[in-house]
Amino acid sequence: MDNAILELKAVSKRFPGVMALRGVSLEIQRGKAHVLLGENGAGKSTLINLLAGIYLADEGEIVFDDKPYHPRTPLDAYRVGIRVVHQELSMLSQLTVAENLLFENLPQRHGLVNYGEMNRRAAELLKEVGLDVAPNIPVGRLGVAQMQLVEIAKALCYDSKLLILDEPTATLTSKEVERLFEILKKLKSKGVTILYISHRLHEVYDIGDNVTVLRDGQVVATRPLAGLAIGEIVRMMVGRNIEELRLFREDVKVGDELLRVEGLKRNAHSPEVSFTAGRGEIVGVAGLVGSGRTETMRAVFGADPKIAGDIFVEGTAVEISSPRDAVQHGLSLLTEDRKGQGLLLTLPCAENITITDLAKVSRMGLLQRDVERRSASALVEELHIKTPSVYQLVGNFSGGNQQKVVIAKWLFRGSKIVICDEPTRGIDVGAKREIYDLLWQLAATGRGIIFVSSELPELIAICHRIIVFAKGKIVGVVPRAAFNQHRILSLAYEEYDLEPAD
Amino acid sequence: MTLSQPTDFAHSEIASARWNNLLRFLVRDAGVALALVLIIVFFCLTAPYFATTENFLKIFVQIAINTVLASGMTFVILTAGIDLSVGSVLALCTVVGALIMTNKNLPTGISVPLALVGCMGTGAACGAINGWVCEQWKLPSFIVTLGMLNVASGAARVTSNNSTIAGLPQPFVDFGNMIVGGVLPSIFLIAVGVILIGWFVLRFTVFGRLIFAIGTNEEAVRLSGHSPRKYKIAAFTISGLTAGTAAIVYLLRLNIGSPIAGVGYELNAIAAVIIGGTSLFGGKGSIIGSLIGACILQVLSTGLQLFGIGDNFKPIVIGTVIVLAVVLDTYRNRFLSSIETR
Repeated sequence: MDNAILELKAVSKRFPGVMALRGVSLEIQRGKAHVLLGENGAGKSTLINLLAGIYLADEGEIVFDDKPYHPRTPLDAYRVGIRVVHQELSMLSQLTVAENLLFENLPQRHGLVNYGEMNRRAAELLKEVGLDVAPNIPVGRLGVAQMQLVEIAKALCYDSKLLILDEPTATLTSKEVERLFEILKKLKSKGVTILYISHRLHEVYDIGDNVTVLRDGQVVATRPLAGLAIGEIVRMMVGRNIEELRLFREDVKVGDELLRVEGLKRNAHSPEVSFTAGRGEIVGVAGLVGSGRTETMRAVFGADPKIAGDIFVEGTAVEISSPRDAVQHGLSLLTEDRKGQGLLLTLPCAENITITDLAKVSRMGLLQRDVERRSASALVEELHIKTPSVYQLVGNFSGGNQQKVVIAKWLFRGSKIVICDEPTRGIDVGAKREIYDLLWQLAATGRGIIFVSSELPELIAICHRIIVFAKGKIVGVVPRAAFNQHRILSLAYEEYDLEPAD
Repeated sequence: MTLSQPTDFAHSEIASARWNNLLRFLVRDAGVALALVLIIVFFCLTAPYFATTENFLKIFVQIAINTVLASGMTFVILTAGIDLSVGSVLALCTVVGALIMTNKNLPTGISVPLALVGCMGTGAACGAINGWVCEQWKLPSFIVTLGMLNVASGAARVTSNNSTIAGLPQPFVDFGNMIVGGVLPSIFLIAVGVILIGWFVLRFTVFGRLIFAIGTNEEAVRLSGHSPRKYKIAAFTISGLTAGTAAIVYLLRLNIGSPIAGVGYELNAIAAVIIGGTSLFGGKGSIIGSLIGACILQVLSTGLQLFGIGDNFKPIVIGTVIVLAVVLDTYRNRFLSSIETR
């Protein structure tokens, strides 16, 4: 294995409350395309961010190009020839294509930007990736696929040795994917090593030589892709059978309808969406990132606008045009981004919990702090939130505890319908289990749960029904009796894979 | 031995928790007050005439306007906004108040109360417009209140015909000169009243809680079922209301309504709030801090003057202190978070 360009030896990275990478050892062969697979939260992004100089490893050693490599800033990564095309493209959208391409090294003459030279060199690079746009238009006017190619062209001009692509095809059409793969193959033939992250299992065969599967921050296996069955890859990704955890509770019966959404349209171009949730029911919502799951739930909750659609709570039509309306009709939303949208990080735990219903802890507009402390303490105890006091700032809590605070605040409100978006993202396996138990407690007390998740196994393990989203619409509703990972996956992917090459 | 070990451990835990609490109190809550005390002690020992009743009386009088403005400004800054218009809104309010009081057709018993209402009403209206415009078009408050700074200033010139209005009723003037108990000027007591009300509202009411919450994470507050818009407009209205109140203090102290009053006052108010430990990013701070901030500014200014340091040199010192206060604040936060997590 003397031909490895990148070698990781027992690399670990810890975040508050979660071990993102646990002793990861991995070799990437020079001039090959290496695929990195794993579920959400498996540690793929953390690994990339370590290589890109965004995070610093806590433990372990990295060797790149036969030299120790411990980047502290993205610039360190560029210098050694590692280039990352992130999932969220970070372009300077007001600047032109050429300026973006050559940003780190603008051609100069007497200290001024040499625009002629810049545009000429940019045009060359664009030609190399087969992108037919003028170098002097602002990047903001390009489509996502085109921006991606600009990022790749940018990687070319620095003579990169290792090109890392994080889910580059998530938002591309199949024709654009083909084009991307052609370019990647061309790069490979020039000796560039590629590290490729994707969720689309089928396509990795077209591009990859070797594959490494990550799970819960650990390497499951590294194998050559040739001859490896897709079922085998899925088995490695999913690993321990979550169904064996026996999370489903037969004793909780689904009662009458609690929420019905009919013909919801987010904007003029989005399809209509209709679904229901019953009392005591846990409805799973599956779909790829960007399939419209989160956006639909936010529109139901009034967090984002909708242009049409009726919402019924317990059979009565209700008008929801803001989160305020939604909360008053008994809805709650546990957002995907709990730090950014769910919590008041620099305020105490108690204040985070009571924010949903301050009327309960006040009289004539005056806060009753003792009532607040008692209510918050009761919930902290009930949900086993680990904190020395209810006055601790939630910013210091671990991910699992923070998520429990978010659940506590909606319990405090007494919401009937709980929409949770990725409630177990970024938290430990043990804490996940507690969250599942809490969701069941909510269901057992007659609430309706809508459970959005990217982790199919957890949906299969605990939901009564699974609604599958793709391209903004519902492509299937699968009852528990018919749960089958492949079926749901294929529903979720179908829309994308079968799209005609336009 | 083995039995007593856990108890010992628990004792030392409690002791260290108490020590941490004390440290936290000293650094977070008492830090600025401590600085003020040190500055006062320093000047008392070194500056001639500093430690005299007259000098403190003078400081009390001079501090009143800025304190009132800073208390309203605190509400706005806590929501992560800024109000640049308070100085010229104050000018407009002094003109409105002075015009009502000098109206010959009104008896003093009516004109004075009417003028007070006029001042506060005008201020509150300007503030409400600031807030409403910010929220309606999702504009940064910096721009909107910069606009209001000019509009209110122009309005003050137009209504006053660009002239100073003197000749306020004698009872009003007398009240302004009153010194309660020989040491507490009436206008200082007004300022203290405003501070106390502001402190109470921020600390003990649902409204105050939401002001802090919005400054911490507006989106989370919205998704918790509140309408941040309403509270933010209210914060600007309060800032306008205190500008109107500060205009009354101005009239009591200088006995004239002037369209060129209050130039630069907004910056003093912001400086007081920031020195007092309120974060420009919102969600963190206190109105007592703003009071202390205002005191620090005035004490420094007076002390330097007594040292014989000229008016030209003074702004250099004060400017440095403002920046230094914020620098110290970042170290303070770092220190606090290090003891919270240990």
